Amino acid sequence: MKRVRFRRREGLVAVTFLLPSAIGFALFYLIPFGMGLVYSVLNRTVGGSFVGLANYQELLNSDSYRKAVSNTFWFTAVNVPLMLVMSLGIALVLNRNLYLRQFLRMAYVLPLVVPVASVVMVWQVLFDWNGSLNAWMHAAGLEQIDWMKSAWARGVISVFYLWKHMGYNIILFLAGLQGIPRDYYETADLEGAGKWRQCYGITLVYLTPTMVFVVLMSIMNTFKIFRETYLIAGDYPHDSIYTLQHYMNNMFIAMDVQKLSAAATLMVIGIFIIVALLLRLEKRYTQFME
Amino acid sequence: MKKKGFIRNLSVTLVMACIGLMMILPIVITFTNSLMTEQEIRGNYGLVGKMPDITQGEPSVFVNLKLIPDWLSFEQYGNVLLATPTYLFMLWNSIAMVVAIIAGQTVVSALAAYAFAKLRFKGREGWFRVYLMTMLMPFQVTLVPNYIIADKLGLMNKASAIILPGIFAAFGVFMLRQFMLSIPYALVEAAQMDGAGHYRIFYRIMLPLMKPGIAALIVLLFVDYWNMVEQPLIFLEDAFKQPLSLYLSRIHKEAQGNGFAASMVYMTPMVLLFVYAESYFIEGVQMSGIKG
Repeated sequence: MKRVRFRRREGLVAVTFLLPSAIGFALFYLIPFGMGLVYSVLNRTVGGSFVGLANYQELLNSDSYRKAVSNTFWFTAVNVPLMLVMSLGIALVLNRNLYLRQFLRMAYVLPLVVPVASVVMVWQVLFDWNGSLNAWMHAAGLEQIDWMKSAWARGVISVFYLWKHMGYNIILFLAGLQGIPRDYYETADLEGAGKWRQCYGITLVYLTPTMVFVVLMSIMNTFKIFRETYLIAGDYPHDSIYTLQHYMNNMFIAMDVQKLSAAATLMVIGIFIIVALLLRLEKRYTQFME
Repeated sequence: MKKKGFIRNLSVTLVMACIGLMMILPIVITFTNSLMTEQEIRGNYGLVGKMPDITQGEPSVFVNLKLIPDWLSFEQYGNVLLATPTYLFMLWNSIAMVVAIIAGQTVVSALAAYAFAKLRFKGREGWFRVYLMTMLMPFQVTLVPNYIIADKLGLMNKASAIILPGIFAAFGVFMLRQFMLSIPYALVEAAQMDGAGHYRIFYRIMLPLMKPGIAALIVLLFVDYWNMVEQPLIFLEDAFKQPLSLYLSRIHKEAQGNGFAASMVYMTPMVLLFVYAESYFIEGVQMSGIKG
């Protein structure tokens, strides 16, 4: 009886802690999201009437939307695993007793804090048609490539993404690695498990929670890559790097609120599915660990 | 045996150092180029963005990426910091907005994170998931309704149209909650035994322990909002209210040379903050990642 009362009091306390955040969050995120949902089934923003899923149908029939969805999907599907493997690999190496460890870690993390707009110029100098990379390729007797105006643009943006966000994940993995007790490896050694077996059976298993976190952050950052793309290539970049955010931005400029809202709603559903899957995965593994 | 280990260690270090140097190369290029004269820059990079001239046959003219300036010059810095007040104006806009957002989001989300990490209430998991989802959503998703809300609240073309949504963004709540999960609950219980209420526990115990988490959040928020492009592009029409990040993205077409100096001016506070808070930052990021 007393316990129940205590719990309820804790609920009240929680409300006071949450209130400032909740008010602003509702006003600037939840309500806008709800409004978006409503707009997506109306035919006009002001005084519109219900048109069901017509906007969605129109959206799905639009070529540029389909292009944007598939580009966004592939960008995430390719780069998040790539990010996972590369940052884990570098973290594994950095975890050993290397010289200059401090300096190296710093070098890998530094791109994270450099504002994108500050290095866009360098990026352009490197990847322009007349740029340095082409100069080197020309000197080596190779064919010039129009990096930003061909399918290669995807690769350039990937490099930018990896360059910028790898440091953050390396820090996370280093922490995860240090959190694994040494004696697990010693026991494995005694039982005759090889290095690869240890890596596979101990390191990777105990890094699972870190990996879920890394994947979450990496996905979030692939959505943010729009900023980089926009700064390098503008409103209408090459087809291969035209993402959902470009689409939504352009719909906004064109004042096509219905399509924008429908696209936003579909994106939210997509993100919801990803988050649900990740949380389920995490639950399964942490249960197994305890 | 020992010697073999040494050589292996050295070669691995060398490979890692090479990759590391490539990572900081864009920063180094920006720095050295910021010390060139306007003329040298134009000579080197005038070709960027020019279409290949087909009439001249094989296009084989290239920009000249140079690391060492011919002559040390602070001309570009003079142009940016003294001759063009617009830069300073926009730099000030950036600082004002970012500081307001960081201060606001840190306070608001530290409070909310305490509730999510250490208090039990109905619907806790559900609400947290809602926060998590909005954190992942790109800004464009709620663009139109946000525009309308800003309009209704009379925020259009005002810095608050950027600052207020920034303060209430979910990222801080998420990050600090993760960090707080790594602080043992036993501390809260022990304090309760001693008769402390939750406000007191929050203020006296959690806040001091959360220093690395808060430092990490501040650095990450600084990175993110110092960088913002989309929001000011839409909410701030008046050029005198825009942050430097927007101007910097246009500057390459107008004044290439100044671009490098402006870029340096723009990244320096970021880099200094990072160097100053590095150990805290790394500890904070690590703690928030351990719990998954």
